[in-house]
Amino acid sequence: MKRFRRHGQESQRERLKQELFQFNKTVEHGFPHQPSALGYSPSLQLLAIGTRSGAIKLYGAPGVEFMGLHDENAAVTQVHFLPQQVELVTLLDDNSLHMWTLKAHTGLSELLEIGRFTLTGPPGAPPSVTRVTAVLAHSSGELLLLGTEGGHVFIVEVPGFRELEERNISLDQVASSVPDNYTCRRNLEHVEALQENPVNPSQVVIGYGRGLMVVWDLKKQRAIQHIPGTQQLESVWWTEDGGYLLSSHNDGSYCRWTMGSKDVDEEDVKSDIPYGHFPCKAISKIVQLSTEEGPPFLLFSGGMPRASYGDRHCITVIHGKTHVALDFTSRIIDFFAIRGGPQHTGDPSALVVLVEEELVVIDLQTEGWPVIQTPYLVPLHSSAITCSHHVSAIPLKLWERVLAAGNMQSTHYSKKPWPITGGQNLGPDPPQRDLLLTGHEDGTVRFWDASGVCLYPSYKLSTAGVFHTDADPNDNMNQGTEGEWPPFRKVGCFDPYSDDPRLGVQKIHLCKYSGYLTVAGTAGQILVLELNDEAAEQTVEAKVVDLLQGQEGFRWKGHTQLDVREEPVLFPPGFQPFALVQCQPPAVVTALTLHSEWKLVAFGTSHGFGLYDYQQKNNVLIKCTLNPSDQLAMEGPLSRVKSIKKSLRQSFRRIRRSRVSLRKHHAGRDLPCISIPHQMEIAPVQRKIEARSSDDSFTGLVRTIYFADTFLADSSHNTPSLWAGTNGGCVFAYMLRLPAAERRADEPVTAQPAKEIQLMHRAPVVGILVLDGHGAPLPEPLEVAHDLARSPDMQGSHHLVVISEEQFKVFGLPKVSAKTKLKLTAMDGSRVRRVGVAWFGSSRSEDYGESGLVVLTNQGDVHVVSLPTVKMQVHYPCVRREDVSGIASCVFTKHGQGFYLISPSEFERFSLSARCLVEPRCLVEAPTDSSTQLTLLFCPPAEVLQEIQKSLEGDHT
Amino acid sequence: MNKTHRVPSNRSLSTVEVKSKFGAEFRRFSLERSKPGRFDEFYGLLQHVHHIPNVELLVGYADVHGDLLPINNDDNYHKAISTASPLLRLFLQRKEEADYTFGTNSLTRKKNTVLSAVLLRPDATRKKPPVIISLPRDFRPVSSIIDVDILPETHRRVRLYKHGQEKPLGFYIRDGSSVRVTPQGLEKVPGIFISRMVPGGLAESTGLLAVNDEVLEVNGIEVVGKSLDQVTDMMIANSHNLIITVKPANQRNNVVRGGGGGGGGGTASGSSGRSSDSGASYYGYSSHGGVGAAAPAPSHIIQNFPVGELESEEEDDEDLVIEVGGEAESAGRDPADYGMPSLPRYEPHLNLRTPSALSVNGAALASGSSGPPSNANSTTPSPDRAAEMRSLEEDGTVITL
Repeated sequence: MKRFRRHGQESQRERLKQELFQFNKTVEHGFPHQPSALGYSPSLQLLAIGTRSGAIKLYGAPGVEFMGLHDENAAVTQVHFLPQQVELVTLLDDNSLHMWTLKAHTGLSELLEIGRFTLTGPPGAPPSVTRVTAVLAHSSGELLLLGTEGGHVFIVEVPGFRELEERNISLDQVASSVPDNYTCRRNLEHVEALQENPVNPSQVVIGYGRGLMVVWDLKKQRAIQHIPGTQQLESVWWTEDGGYLLSSHNDGSYCRWTMGSKDVDEEDVKSDIPYGHFPCKAISKIVQLSTEEGPPFLLFSGGMPRASYGDRHCITVIHGKTHVALDFTSRIIDFFAIRGGPQHTGDPSALVVLVEEELVVIDLQTEGWPVIQTPYLVPLHSSAITCSHHVSAIPLKLWERVLAAGNMQSTHYSKKPWPITGGQNLGPDPPQRDLLLTGHEDGTVRFWDASGVCLYPSYKLSTAGVFHTDADPNDNMNQGTEGEWPPFRKVGCFDPYSDDPRLGVQKIHLCKYSGYLTVAGTAGQILVLELNDEAAEQTVEAKVVDLLQGQEGFRWKGHTQLDVREEPVLFPPGFQPFALVQCQPPAVVTALTLHSEWKLVAFGTSHGFGLYDYQQKNNVLIKCTLNPSDQLAMEGPLSRVKSIKKSLRQSFRRIRRSRVSLRKHHAGRDLPCISIPHQMEIAPVQRKIEARSSDDSFTGLVRTIYFADTFLADSSHNTPSLWAGTNGGCVFAYMLRLPAAERRADEPVTAQPAKEIQLMHRAPVVGILVLDGHGAPLPEPLEVAHDLARSPDMQGSHHLVVISEEQFKVFGLPKVSAKTKLKLTAMDGSRVRRVGVAWFGSSRSEDYGESGLVVLTNQGDVHVVSLPTVKMQVHYPCVRREDVSGIASCVFTKHGQGFYLISPSEFERFSLSARCLVEPRCLVEAPTDSSTQLTLLFCPPAEVLQEIQKSLEGDHT
Repeated sequence: MNKTHRVPSNRSLSTVEVKSKFGAEFRRFSLERSKPGRFDEFYGLLQHVHHIPNVELLVGYADVHGDLLPINNDDNYHKAISTASPLLRLFLQRKEEADYTFGTNSLTRKKNTVLSAVLLRPDATRKKPPVIISLPRDFRPVSSIIDVDILPETHRRVRLYKHGQEKPLGFYIRDGSSVRVTPQGLEKVPGIFISRMVPGGLAESTGLLAVNDEVLEVNGIEVVGKSLDQVTDMMIANSHNLIITVKPANQRNNVVRGGGGGGGGGTASGSSGRSSDSGASYYGYSSHGGVGAAAPAPSHIIQNFPVGELESEEEDDEDLVIEVGGEAESAGRDPADYGMPSLPRYEPHLNLRTPSALSVNGAALASGSSGPPSNANSTTPSPDRAAEMRSLEEDGTVITL
């Protein structure tokens, strides 16, 4: 191929490609998967979240976000900002500490790892001696205190991680001074908590697992007070005035200890088991915050009665007489409170709780403690995402109406602004308004403002109201019966339990000009919705479409179709359904499109496709694509699920078996690794090489459906047409006849079969596209009418582009004569999984741009293929090949960006365009030095040093 | 081709009855089974009994399976005699006007071969090889070893001709590891291997591929660094014309370069390297609808294709386009583009196709496959409309391409 191209042209093209295409992964939207640690810097007003996969993410004001990834693939267990600094320290599961900083570079901040450190004990010491269990970033910003499993406290100078050996606090030092009356003095266990005295930075309290707490003076290097707690310790909190110490315990109790110069007597203790009488679970963290006037806030997590509410994930907030147990839907990772005032020491204003599946912020200043809606870290997966659809450049009118409908849904949120405001967002305003629509398992469609760095929820549509479902509508109400104890209050929106899997949304198509939306689901239901600013009560009429068309000998073994409510249903303002099509058999809808100008909806399932006129509420066309020898298509999804489950179970068993045998061989070192190849031979992975045949299963499944106004019959008259592509490599084309506009409501729309193309390679057709005489893709319906696109060239000859999983093929119209093609699979073995059409603007000249196909393959690579020449332009690795759900979830925008799920709860945003790029650009400035910074002078006497040395050695001899 | 293993043992008649057909004439005579003599004697005998002393003949016979096989040397002559049961049916033809081909089922497909002979023998005047063995073009190739001259002797490039026939390709591949010699010494690298053959499949029947052969290339593209799934997809994407380069597990049957490759057995049965521009697929696709209107797929097969350049020149599979529905009449008006209703026309294709700029050099069949057109009209918006469609339906399918 190359030899025909002249060199000059080639290099020019190469240069142009660089101006058009550029690959960047720009930002991650949504909520981090498996968060494991939370940190907050009051001075920077930044929030940090560490995850089990070793990522660290920082968030400030909306649009300010940073992300880092540890090289080690270990979970982040703790995150601590250094007070008054731009550094933070992370502790990983593998016992390594990492120092990160926000470095400003050309006006923008970046998160960089600047150091790592692992505690090294004396030679021969057991690993538990240096296993870090508690970290205290000292307020001086220069010291890090590391409590370990062995009970020692190591002191390290930061940010350089220099060990200050002479100042370490060894267990023996502490144990020697423990009062004799304290039971089991020798075994204090690990360091559970380290806290600094808020009024005297030289004092820290060391809490040991067994319950003993020791106040240690860092200057004098000695214990000044012992607090003889006897219950297993969970956390320690030193009140702001330094007068009290709160400790929470394993048995669900907490104690308040009065601090004084002498050792504490039993009388000074105030102990309480808040949900007492019966055995309680541990209180894992306790915080008390004073207010300027009035009682303090007491916040603690856990402590629930073990038998009755042991499975709840609760944080209790007590303020004066108000007592609420916030009941979360997933496990609590950590929480902190944000305080007002210039020094962040004023009244607590908000409680920030990180639970496993979402971040919840509670406004503590407004009556009733409402939740503040988060501008980022939104749980995309509050019900599992089943599909997504992106709409670029939303007209302002529609945008405002959608937002208005959304605002009416979020009245229960607090009016307070988002309390985390660190950093400056320097990113330019987004060039256009984009919406990302996600369909969910529970039948909802969520609308997200995807214009900028923050994926902000703007509206939520529920389709479940149209149908009768098993769920009791009162089931999810707050069961806030009076006088209930503990006083639970449900918070958070993560609710993974779907009432009825048939409600799941599978395909979405929104017309941004007309405000018509169509949503199709798992049980073959297709809803057509219209945007209405007022609430309306209406009946949705269902039209059943029999896609089998008399094909006999089949039995549908899948789920039944959904029951439609026959009585009028009240729909809130927003998108309201007015028409419903139910496919029979009720198989999942696999293709869907809407033409708002023609007022037609086309849909396909594994059995065929249909065309529905939503103005007349009438079926126009039903076509069965089923292959009579395809039994699998008739069985429905349920039996398939069963077999997947079975195969999963088998593969897990195989893994377990091989693990067991590996372990066996590791134990007995006599037979090293002979068994491993043996194992592999038992179940070799085999792949059958066979040409596709028409008898393969699911050949009739409709993969794509498309409307085009083009030349189907002859080259002088363009007509509306409908195109459908199947899994078996077949394309059906129908000519549509629409009555004149004034008689549109009365005369029937008709469809006539015009062409049938059977691709010889029989690969599934995943995309169909018609190019106009200039080789540009046909505009969307109504786009020309709104003066937003050039009208297509109807003079030159049109081209049909058929994208199968294996090839891109261009045909001339109306004869469907093959012109060019690009064989993807035959060249490199990758197959098309997702395809979209995008326009790429040149980064150098404002007015140059070209359209291309954006393709994601099953190998996880993204390709740009030129139109109409179908030549490969660029390709980049994007998604991991093994990440099947990531590849399946990918959606492209019309401007060369894309989204895919990197976890059930996070979208990664990427850009292929050199011009269109949405990425965080933000600056965080170091806080101005506050006067409280103090340097500690340490001059330990020589004998103390020796003692430390001795005790350390003694520890492991 | 050589069905040497099918020797009927129970035939003990001493003479063989011969029925020889030349044009419309038949001759019957008998031969001694035990002493058939040499081929040139037999050839002379045939010329004699048909009274065509100076006509150059192609001699073919119908074997026990009904396949038309050539007789042109002593070996296949003896073979023909020994397997005759009891009648030996001969078919003679003038060499210059030979209009049928040898191969499986060729007798039953005579109608099509007329076409193929007309269309697909642009090289009929080619120089005859000095040794009289049957011409490669007289066979429908099932597989071949190609590029023997440019490949290392330890490798074998095998081409499997699927041609849309029903026989499955029939093999499986797996992951494995192979040992390579590198400057650093032996190195273990991941590789792709043939793991299983489906009995009766194309791959097995060729005898050119075997279990544990390492797959090195698929249609000229190296598989190094590709996953099993990728290689699988590449092979399936190329399944209509699959060329795989393997390193046979059994290195004893390698083609010896320059030697007389006809060492019997399956190994060299096809054609090696230079000599085999047989290429033409004499069978069309038997269409899935079962109607089986077959058409030739002229193709020029590249030998010694440079790696990577395969794609643009490769023999093409052509898609099937069916015009359905209401515009049948208007379509019929344009004789250059449309064939007569329900009858495939072949001649125009070549003319239509040749100017097309890129890669489309094949033509394909079109067939009135039974299902789609009738199904396609399944919409019935109104009764009169439906009636109208039914009448159109009866016009039959108009086929383009």
